[in-house]
Amino acid sequence: MAQVMDRFVGQRVLRKEDPELITGRARYVESISLPGMVWMAVVRSPFAHARIRRIDTARAAAMPGVIGVFTAADLEGEWGGPLPFVWPITEDIKVPVHWPLTTDKARYQGDGVAVVVAESRGQAEDAAEAVAVDYEPLPAVTDLEQAATDAVLIHDDLGTNVVVHWSHGGAGDQSVFESAPVVVKERYVAPRLIPNAMEPRGCVADVNPAMGEFTLYSATQIPHVARVTLGGTCNIPESKLRVVAPDVGGGFGSKLNIYAEEALALVLARRLKRPVKWVEARSENYLATIHGRGVIHDVEIAATEEGKILGLRVKELADMGAYYQLLTPGIPELGGWVYMGPYDMQAYWYEFTGVLTNATPTDAYRGAGRPEATYVLERAVDALARRLGKDPAEVRRISLVPPFTEARAAISGLNVDSGNYEAAFDRALELVGYDELRREQAERRQRGDVKQLGIGLSSYIEMCGLAPSNILGALRYAAGGWDACTVQCLPDGKVVLKIGTSPHGQGHVTTWAQIAADTLGVTPDDVEVFHGDTSVAPLGMDTYGSRSVSVGATALYYALEKIKEKARTLAAHELEVAEEDLEFEAGSFRVKGAPDKVRSITELATSAWHAHNLPAGFEPNLEATAVWDPPNFTWPAGTHVCVVEVDTETGGVEISRYVAVDDCGRVINPMIVEGQVHGGVAQGIAEALFEEARYDANGNLMTSTMTTYLVPSAAELPTFTLDRTETPSTTNPLGVKGIGEAGTIAAPPAVVNAVIDAVSHLGVTHIDKPVSPERVWRAIRAAKGGAA
Amino acid sequence: MIPAPFEYARAESVDHAIELLTANPDSKVIAGGHSLLPLMRLRLARPAMLVDISRIGDLAYVREDSGEVAIGALTRHHDVANSEVLHELCPIVSYTAGQIGDPQVRHVGTIGGSCAHSDPASDMPTVLVALGATLTVRGPGGASRVVPAADFFKGLFEPDLASNEIVAEIRVPVTRGRGWSYLKFHRRAQDWALVGVAALAGDGGAPAVALTNMGERPVRAIGVEEALAGGADPATAAMRADEGTNPPSDTFGSAEYRRELAKVLVRRALEEAAAR
Ligand SMILES: Cc1cc2nc3c(=O)[nH]c(=O)nc-3n(C[C@H](O)[C@H](O)[C@H](O)COP(=O)(O)OP(=O)(O)OC[C@H]3O[C@@H](n4cnc5c(N)ncnc54)[C@H](O)[C@@H]3O)c2cc1C
Repeated sequence: MAQVMDRFVGQRVLRKEDPELITGRARYVESISLPGMVWMAVVRSPFAHARIRRIDTARAAAMPGVIGVFTAADLEGEWGGPLPFVWPITEDIKVPVHWPLTTDKARYQGDGVAVVVAESRGQAEDAAEAVAVDYEPLPAVTDLEQAATDAVLIHDDLGTNVVVHWSHGGAGDQSVFESAPVVVKERYVAPRLIPNAMEPRGCVADVNPAMGEFTLYSATQIPHVARVTLGGTCNIPESKLRVVAPDVGGGFGSKLNIYAEEALALVLARRLKRPVKWVEARSENYLATIHGRGVIHDVEIAATEEGKILGLRVKELADMGAYYQLLTPGIPELGGWVYMGPYDMQAYWYEFTGVLTNATPTDAYRGAGRPEATYVLERAVDALARRLGKDPAEVRRISLVPPFTEARAAISGLNVDSGNYEAAFDRALELVGYDELRREQAERRQRGDVKQLGIGLSSYIEMCGLAPSNILGALRYAAGGWDACTVQCLPDGKVVLKIGTSPHGQGHVTTWAQIAADTLGVTPDDVEVFHGDTSVAPLGMDTYGSRSVSVGATALYYALEKIKEKARTLAAHELEVAEEDLEFEAGSFRVKGAPDKVRSITELATSAWHAHNLPAGFEPNLEATAVWDPPNFTWPAGTHVCVVEVDTETGGVEISRYVAVDDCGRVINPMIVEGQVHGGVAQGIAEALFEEARYDANGNLMTSTMTTYLVPSAAELPTFTLDRTETPSTTNPLGVKGIGEAGTIAAPPAVVNAVIDAVSHLGVTHIDKPVSPERVWRAIRAAKGGAA
Repeated sequence: MIPAPFEYARAESVDHAIELLTANPDSKVIAGGHSLLPLMRLRLARPAMLVDISRIGDLAYVREDSGEVAIGALTRHHDVANSEVLHELCPIVSYTAGQIGDPQVRHVGTIGGSCAHSDPASDMPTVLVALGATLTVRGPGGASRVVPAADFFKGLFEPDLASNEIVAEIRVPVTRGRGWSYLKFHRRAQDWALVGVAALAGDGGAPAVALTNMGERPVRAIGVEEALAGGADPATAAMRADEGTNPPSDTFGSAEYRRELAKVLVRRALEEAAAR
């Protein structure tokens, strides 16, 4: 890691990509228009569960501008297979068949039953409305526990809704859950969440009929995965399919997926020999794009009388939705490795049961499994402290794993790269002024103020940097976790990077440019980064799981190393010295002891391109590719503290302070890291206080627009106080860990713990997410002996 | 989604608008569009024609007029909120306009649209009911009638307005010197009220209190007003806040919770009005 000079790395370099993004000049899928292009609209089931008796397309087909109306039967011959599902986590998992259009039943509100193609978007939507579908409504089930009874079957052929059971298998001495001095049992219900990327999904499928070649422009996080999997679904050889993710306006996991509309647009482009475009409406997004969370946890935490944690046992019920999307049952499993958090314990147990429901499929949502785990653990630790009448900070403090700089085996079985949990913990308490807050809290309680003060803690670790390919293989995931980068030093001194990760707002272009600029002795402005296009950067595994810096940038690092080695050979040749006589600094080779004899990498790039005078066997041009497969995950950690004021008359909650101290290893650009924490914490606060996808008894999504699905705005959020500790990762030479998900992982329990803490003196011990004013009000009333 | 197909006509004057509305039975007025367009995009409203009144210049004003303040129907929430005349003569109106939605909504939405939409969750109708304001409605053939706010808001999305009538003006009394409060309980800054309370100290008599989102229309809190008139203190009177109301249960909150909120907010509003 000493190789990288820090002229730009570690600096708050302004984001290169921002001018386009903030002045409306970005190129999203919505802005792509191709000659001869037609529009697609999807006819979606208004019923959560209904048999499709008949579809009458005649009226729609006769409407102005309509080119065709297609049902599942019309497209039968187009498919190479169903939509991709790549994570069959157990041998006996039951896998529902998932076609791009449903063939027999609608299984959730929004399930696609037909598509219309027309000359304009308006014509396509008007005609979609005119497709007459004869539905036979069936009883629908969206409640997890009810679905598990199999009274209503979602997929008749599977014979059950209980499709998967995965157990970690346990570690350590399980008898502590019987023998420990204290065992606290809790049950937490977490609703579904709607990811709400600012840009909804969309795609344009282009076709070159003569060549049998296809280009899919898609608002996706995963162009490379899309190319492999959609090729299979649509019967297109991978070599004939190019996938481009243009500017993508946020993902949060919702675009880490392969969707029916992408497959439909491709096969319709093939059928019609014209480019086909589809853009999702917001209300459509709420139905047709994956949801996150939707879980029920039973947790037992065992401890000594002092509050030292002895063990954690977790059983989870997880809502899969009506079908699997790309990874669905893998998401709870991902969490299954981190329920121990930053604490030292002797016993560990985790298992989950996946259940199908008549609702939108669930899948990865920012944090994917790890927020669920952290929430359960941190709520349980607070419950333990309450049971013991101890300060929650004290209970945490005595259980934290001591600092370590070499990889250490966690009780869940994986190796944690490095960690210094106490440092972040102490700093967070210091920044928030913990003792002073506790004093103020005591005073307000004494006075019986209407507004009570609550302080909530959340200490977390997470595994990210997905992922070592061999571990993914052992977990039955269908792909590897490596990534790739090509560095090209051009003759004019500029640099091109082609990288296999695919950003959608994270600022990668700047981050990668900073790293390359330091090694090559140029500025970030000299570095052009290409990504998100399988024909430009053909090798890659894309962006999710906070992997881009720890895996992608490490591939960049090794490609830069290769460039350096190649350039060293040429420098030695030109300067007529041995390679050992050269020293490298800030992009230049100097002859030891004769510092005026120097060749910069940019000069060497020019001579490597001229190729007039190269050493024997030297390949012209200065270009190198590296593919990197990480030996381990990376493990960010930290402590967040939330301070709230709760109005005990209305149940209203206001966040007055929020302190986050995160450790994401080495930091390339502090400003970008802070931006990720801001966004992540905002999203975590939203999860804690506001967001909830609610269905009625018939499976209708009640929170179907932004009026009823509550995404908070800046006005509801406090000013964040951020700080960092820096414990370099041992997984990669850069020492980086990843920060994309930390905020979303840490924030929800910090906020919920704070609210409960504010009213715990009134007897409140539990409130489920989202902690709405009404829930708080009810909890207070119930604690006072009234109705719940 | 995008709206179903519709025709569009721009009205040059109120009379022209009324002519267009009369000639096209399935037409609808559009002012700021901030209530109508969301409904059209979800295809919950599908008028055959929109009659755009937003460019009629002489309907946007706030002025003192014979002991009242007259507000043109096309006055944007933002301009109501920032009106010096209202700050001085009827501050509860300008304050409340500033509590509607977010800056974008306030720059486009109009006070006339807020009234004509007759949504019991809207803020301004409640304040108008508390104030005993009137609305001037114009119809075909130069007809004009004046409707008390308490009668205008007949029910859920049901104003006292024929399909070819236009709300032209809203008139509010001068309340200089009277204490007032508008309290709005909502989840997010731009949201409608779960419950809102307008309180206005009496001009000699007892305070007037009206409620937002406690039924199909904005209502006076009759029980509270009665108790106050009978000499009860605000805290006691506030316990009757939900009398005669019929609050909804929805994803924002249950009817039961709204009833309790109304009691807390009425007490606080009365205290604030008394202190102002
Ligand atoms: C995000 C958002 C948040 C909001 N938050 C709030 C809030 O917190 N509180 C609140 O009170 N409101 C809120 N609103 C509604 C907002 O105040 C609207 O602007 C207002 O309700 C309607 O005014 P408009 O001019 O946009 O009317 P339009 O949408 O143009 O019209 C609404 C209805 O009134 C009719 N109409 C309009 N003007 C006239 C007229 N002069 N004569 C006859 N009929 C007419 C139309 O035909 C239509 O039926 C919000 C809106 C949005 C989009």
